[in-house]
Amino acid sequence: MGNRVVITGYGIISSIGINAAEVLQSLTEGISGIGGITRFKTIHKGKLPLAEVKKSDEELLELFGLTGKKKNYTRTSLLGIAAASQAVLMAGIKPGQKHRTGFISANTVGGMDRTEDFYPLFLENPSKGKLSGVINHDCGDSTDKIAGFLEIDDFITTISTACSSSANAIMLGAEMIKAGMLDRVVAGGTDAVTRFTLNGFNTLMILDKEGCRPFDENRAGLTIGEGSAFLVLEAEETALKEGKTIAGLLSGYGNANDAYHQTASSPDGIGAGLAMAKAIEMSGVVPGNISYINAHGTGTQNNDLSEGIAIQRLFGDNVPPFSSTKPYTGHTLGAAAAIEAVISLLSISHNCIFPNLRWITPMKELFIRPVACLQRDAGVEHVLSNSFGFGGNNSSLLFSKYKPL
Amino acid sequence: MTAKNTIYINGLGNVSPQKTADNNRFLDEVSRVESNRLACFEPNYRDFISPDILRRMGRLIKMGIASSRICLEDAGCRMPDAIITGTGLGCMEDTEKFLATLIRNKEELLTPTSFIQSTHNTVSAQIALLLKCHNYNFTYVHRGWSFESALIDSMIQLKNGRSVTVLAGGMDELTNGSFEISRRLGLWRRKPVDTFGLFSHPAKGSIAGEGSAFFLLSSVPSHQPYAILDNILTFSLSNHNKLLPSALSSFLERSGTTIGEIDLVVCGMNGDTSSARHDKELTGLFLNSGIAAWKHLSGEYMTSSSFGLWLASMIMKHQVVPEAAVVRSMGDRPIRTILMYNHYLNLNHSFILIRKP
Repeated sequence: MGNRVVITGYGIISSIGINAAEVLQSLTEGISGIGGITRFKTIHKGKLPLAEVKKSDEELLELFGLTGKKKNYTRTSLLGIAAASQAVLMAGIKPGQKHRTGFISANTVGGMDRTEDFYPLFLENPSKGKLSGVINHDCGDSTDKIAGFLEIDDFITTISTACSSSANAIMLGAEMIKAGMLDRVVAGGTDAVTRFTLNGFNTLMILDKEGCRPFDENRAGLTIGEGSAFLVLEAEETALKEGKTIAGLLSGYGNANDAYHQTASSPDGIGAGLAMAKAIEMSGVVPGNISYINAHGTGTQNNDLSEGIAIQRLFGDNVPPFSSTKPYTGHTLGAAAAIEAVISLLSISHNCIFPNLRWITPMKELFIRPVACLQRDAGVEHVLSNSFGFGGNNSSLLFSKYKPL
Repeated sequence: MTAKNTIYINGLGNVSPQKTADNNRFLDEVSRVESNRLACFEPNYRDFISPDILRRMGRLIKMGIASSRICLEDAGCRMPDAIITGTGLGCMEDTEKFLATLIRNKEELLTPTSFIQSTHNTVSAQIALLLKCHNYNFTYVHRGWSFESALIDSMIQLKNGRSVTVLAGGMDELTNGSFEISRRLGLWRRKPVDTFGLFSHPAKGSIAGEGSAFFLLSSVPSHQPYAILDNILTFSLSNHNKLLPSALSSFLERSGTTIGEIDLVVCGMNGDTSSARHDKELTGLFLNSGIAAWKHLSGEYMTSSSFGLWLASMIMKHQVVPEAAVVRSMGDRPIRTILMYNHYLNLNHSFILIRKP
């Protein structure tokens, strides 16, 4: 495949900041976004932590000039608009330009934050419950809302592959550019915290009451977060022709299925290993030259062991520095891969490796240890970002420092 | 999309409100009912899934696994290089179940099964799990473009050579809850109707349906492929610059064909007066082609275009339009090129072009 795909813009909103500058500051200062539950009423309040975006729906509406339209915008949509509008601004994308532009989003529970409020009345009596509370339920709704806000309509779709959703959105965007179907794509994901997901993960007993501690011997589960991030992907040729500032190169990506269990990862991390190997192979980067792995690292017993074993097997004695940034952002599910893609790009552009916060005790089964303190001047050239999901849907993205050919 | 290598439809599997699960039959016995909702004729799942896992499995997953198995066997494919699905609403039964229990039990004493199965990628994940297939695996969830997105991705994977075989499917299930909500939203006829009078008696709303249809797509033809999947386009008409005729002419031009070469239009008309103008406008452009329809057979749902593509592929292979699907007869004209047109709630429009191998 001829054309390289570059990143000309990115935007992010998460529990550690409502834009890239704020997120970078939190990452370098070691400030976590994990805290108490304020978004909704739940019996888990005070018992389980969340990583919430510290803006109410009303504040988000006001920030993006949507006041009065609250009815139509779920929190998932609002978070998406916040991130995607930053990305297109950075890339200089405006409506009416003649490029073929696509919008590819990802999420896991769509407008469930609204459906949860609609459902109690409906359950009592199927003719009850305000329909405005449920029309935004499907996963495509937020995508249409964000694309409508950005006035992008050449191609629109949504992907849902659990916790790897937005990695796959970025992957499809790159594939469509390489196939010559689109000139540029705004790709990423968005997810809001809901009682549905909080209770769902709680039934699996994989929520750490103290907040997630990835790759720690005493880890006890993940912490759910919310947020959104989008990248602007363009064909290198298009970006260069227009003299755009290039934030990085999407040098490789891989998608594989673990095919082991609906929720658990295989003990040998076969799917994880395949996804990473495919991404590295596509990029042509020598594995030893990978500067940093932004691990999936959820903090569950199962994921971190499986992922750790896959990393050890793939890199042998030459494992690059790695960390999970989920102790900062929480696990943002459908948005996680896109959020970590932006963090990977920040790592490249600021030449630093962000620490695996809250890590204390090495895991007995692994010989590798995550980066525990911020590393500056780290010579970051290539960053591998992992995202693994329920259903064994495993994806890896490889970002590289941009160098003209 | 540039046509570099040819993509063949080598196999099919379809669980639907018609008796379509047997590939040796082609709508020889049609279900015509008085209703505003259609439910699938479900095969004996024990033929496809072992009883110990069948017990806990949600209905959409069972439908998906059965139809994918039928498809793989039909194509003689054991291990596809990619599994790509589209679903508008995913596993609704499990989603509703978990949500209802969460509310009724006030977040206490919940069990994980329905939560685990509620994720939208469950069907493609379960297919991979049962096949032990570690390859590329994607799920699209964009309303009336969910299945089309899966096809577009499939074509990319086949054309760039990363896959030689792709198992692609579209599936949605209708539950009492989702039917009731969409009925209140005005999507369905108020009263039961004769499904075969859906087009001759247009009114507000369509009839609700469900189904799961899979296709084995490949860059290598089987000994008797159903059709060539030539081109696909998703588009919206919300932008005033975009009109149906101009979307059609640019699509046909890029596909290297013309209106005159289209032997049959397989149209996603659904009997709803709020979208009938699109069908009228499109079919009005094809004065000499035959017209066929499918939604009186499958009902309307976000991935009903997968039933439409099944119908078009079967028509191509058998070179006959079954009586039940005929809207306008095409006489003795041989069927070489079929254009499929679909729309969902005036939001999502699509064209699919298939050719005779």
